Amino acid sequence: MSVTAIDTWARPRQRQGALARLFDWKPFLVFICLLPAVGLLLVFLTYPLGLGIWLSFTDTTIGRAGQWVGLENFQYLFEEPIFWNAVFYSVFYTAVATVGKFGLGLWLALLLNNHLPFKSILRAIVLLPWIVPTVLSAIAFWFIYDTQFSIISYLLVEVLHVRETNINFLGEPWNARWSLIAANIWRGIPFVAISLLAGLQTISPSLYEAALLDGASPGQRFRYITFPMLLPILAIVMTFSIIFTFTDFQLVYAITRGGPVNSTQIMATLAFQRGIPGGQLGEGAAIAVSMIPFLVFATLFSYFALARRKWQQGESND
Amino acid sequence: MSEAAAETKHSATDTSEMLSWDSKARRVVVLYLPLLCFLIILLFPFYWMAMTSFKPNAELYDLENHNPFWISSPTLSHIYHLLFETAYPHWLWTTMKVAVASTFLSLFASTLAAYAIQRLRFRGSQYVGLGIYLAYLVPQSILFIPLATMVFQLGLFDSPLALILVYPTFLVPFCTWLLIGYFKSIPYELEECALIDGATRLQILRQITLPLAVPGLISAGIFSFTLSWNEFIYALAFIQSSENKTVSVAILTELVTGDVYQWGALMAGALLGSLPVAIFYSFFVDYYVSSLTGAVKE
Repeated sequence: MSVTAIDTWARPRQRQGALARLFDWKPFLVFICLLPAVGLLLVFLTYPLGLGIWLSFTDTTIGRAGQWVGLENFQYLFEEPIFWNAVFYSVFYTAVATVGKFGLGLWLALLLNNHLPFKSILRAIVLLPWIVPTVLSAIAFWFIYDTQFSIISYLLVEVLHVRETNINFLGEPWNARWSLIAANIWRGIPFVAISLLAGLQTISPSLYEAALLDGASPGQRFRYITFPMLLPILAIVMTFSIIFTFTDFQLVYAITRGGPVNSTQIMATLAFQRGIPGGQLGEGAAIAVSMIPFLVFATLFSYFALARRKWQQGESND
Repeated sequence: MSEAAAETKHSATDTSEMLSWDSKARRVVVLYLPLLCFLIILLFPFYWMAMTSFKPNAELYDLENHNPFWISSPTLSHIYHLLFETAYPHWLWTTMKVAVASTFLSLFASTLAAYAIQRLRFRGSQYVGLGIYLAYLVPQSILFIPLATMVFQLGLFDSPLALILVYPTFLVPFCTWLLIGYFKSIPYELEECALIDGATRLQILRQITLPLAVPGLISAGIFSFTLSWNEFIYALAFIQSSENKTVSVAILTELVTGDVYQWGALMAGALLGSLPVAIFYSFFVDYYVSSLTGAVKE
């Protein structure tokens, strides 16, 4: 309020052109400032989101505008075992990978929170898997999982002699599923660990001192101080992680492309396969749209976690 | 503030360690050993990538007579093949162009938006902020099919311009949230002083707020650069001709030929494609960490 009062007081002193005064008029300035960001998002995010939902009710193919077919795409998909297989593997992949990432990530964060030499270098190294393009590290995993030249098979067969034959990592459905999950966990650990480390560092040390004086064991300190204080940041990081694991595309596409025989197909890769190379845009869009209920669920989870802890958004953040 | 907190935290862990950790041996087993395992597992794929890209094919495909963990006669042939016998330099150049252009576009858009939301404080500004936050939660895998039809209708199919225009959809929400947090930390009194001195809003933004927000802008910039360098699904769906492909897409679609995989060239390609971001990253590690954790905390 005081700002506008100062504005009117200062105006007579300014001898500027009409354009300059227009740029100092707040509603216009707000409009101009928001225009690029909101415009970009409306045109390339909100509109495509609506278009995608519309496409899922049509039989559009590449090069031919579609007719409205109602729920036909969904009816067709719901009777198809490949689609249900993709739904199952998406959920399984997300669930197992999330548990793995958070278990190991939290452990790593707790390790890094100790007093260590070369702490900043360690932190830099830990983040590396997250920085490098996913597809490129996926190619490294592809080679690590190769049937003939896999280094893991080599270790198990030639060095440790615990197996007779090479493991067929990407040839058997369940092997391929677990291999992809392992690669996803590998890539997810750094993000979880560094975010949780930041959360750990905001916990006031006086809480630990008090607990120590009361004779709390390390386990109790974790259970009653670290974990509850970490919960808000854990909820947010987990929501992000769930959303981006569920809609993952790169890792699966780069390592298995959904094979062998569609066993590692997740919803995003199936949508791509049907939509772009297959040309069935309507059907692909229907698969992509089927992901939305899962995502809404995850977002609501995030919203309520945020709402419960006001300090996360409040002015007194620091 | 975080540094001070971290400092006090250190001293606290020190005292608690003195009380609860008796022996050095226990510290090694509980702390250093697991940490070492983590580091080995996290770094092994990179080591493997580097090993494979300098290893001659004779060693690569003969695990019986050569120790796979070391190279006896390193070679540059894979990298030579990549740089002079494929379009790899061209792919790198396209990726660089797309990443730089979309980074600047989204920095421009999100600085203005963050300034409007955090500093101009109009009615409903928090809803605009929430909307932008929600935009971040819309994943690319839902959008690529409708975007592909849009790109086709706009006549941008197979053009890097399509990627430059589309990448800001996931960069702008992130950068805006990062910058809102950053602007929040700049004292508003500075702007009030300037207003009293008769500066216009745009002068304030250009001469006071932006210079103070340079670290935030760097964080947002390097993050956007990395994210657009890593982007895959849009580049896969919108680009068809070999010369317009980005590195990640080109390696998967152009270098994989036939049934025998050229592992050496593939790995060299992956290594070289990771280098720009890795170098960039090594210069700005602290900005990365602060933006990552800052964005999570916001």
